[in-house]
Amino acid sequence: MSPPGHLRTPFYLRGKTGTIERHLGPFENPEQRAYALPAPQKQLYRVRFTMAELWGDEAEHPEDTLDAEIYEHWIEAPHAA
Amino acid sequence: MPHDHHDHDHDHLSPSGHPYRVDNDAPLSYWQVMEIAIRELMIEKGEVTAAQITAQIDAMDARSPANGAQVVARAWDEPKFHAALMTDAAKATREMGFDIGPMNLVAVENTTAIHNVVVCTLCSCYPRNLLGLPPDWYKTRAYRSRTVKEPRAVLAEFGLTLPAQTTVRVHDSTADMRYIVLPARPAGTEGWSQDRLAALVTRDSMIGTGLPKAPE
Repeated sequence: MSPPGHLRTPFYLRGKTGTIERHLGPFENPEQRAYALPAPQKQLYRVRFTMAELWGDEAEHPEDTLDAEIYEHWIEAPHAA
Repeated sequence: MPHDHHDHDHDHLSPSGHPYRVDNDAPLSYWQVMEIAIRELMIEKGEVTAAQITAQIDAMDARSPANGAQVVARAWDEPKFHAALMTDAAKATREMGFDIGPMNLVAVENTTAIHNVVVCTLCSCYPRNLLGLPPDWYKTRAYRSRTVKEPRAVLAEFGLTLPAQTTVRVHDSTADMRYIVLPARPAGTEGWSQDRLAALVTRDSMIGTGLPKAPE
């Protein structure tokens, strides 16, 4: 299910749409840093998701939220509707 | 004689009636062997001394939720510190005199409208450098997987049932930040000293799985 490697973007958030809660600044990419390899700096953001977005009809309380830290290379602008 | 076992039905219980902990006779795991090997090599090569390693362990063991309680009490009492904490919690706690090392810290504040709770789904990220080691349950798969999906059910099991009009904000510590919940100041504590306030602040209230104690 998961390819080898050290990733810090949980599966349950992938493909979900959220809003940037705050910009945290540049941090070394853990995907290299975990192996003591030269790690380029990546911008890190706190992204806020609604429980409705994450869990759909199974959401316990749709307006509750979940914030997570996501590196820039895991984020893309939402597709225009 | 204490080591005679007359009652064999109770061989697995201590004299006080509790089960004995099973001896850990299993061989060391791969990672345990690696940790010992690297530690011994670093000492042999003079990179660190055994005394430095012991000092680090002692420093971590000396950290406790009492540190965070002082931070929370000060934020309740001093508006300027409150503002500094919300802007950069690591800087504010460092300036208060806590040795939190390189930790990045974010404070999230509970209000009448919002309740925050912290989890690390990927592992067990926790603001150890301020609060000390996390509770065992924080590292369990049940807490980690359920808190992001059904936080209200999890909080209810901790004895904290939140009204529907309160928004729950779950914070998954997925990367470089660590989180401390700034609980709401209990009513009836006007004019209290920071020491007296700090005594109301529990570990769980700074994780978000509890509330501060009510004043007696």
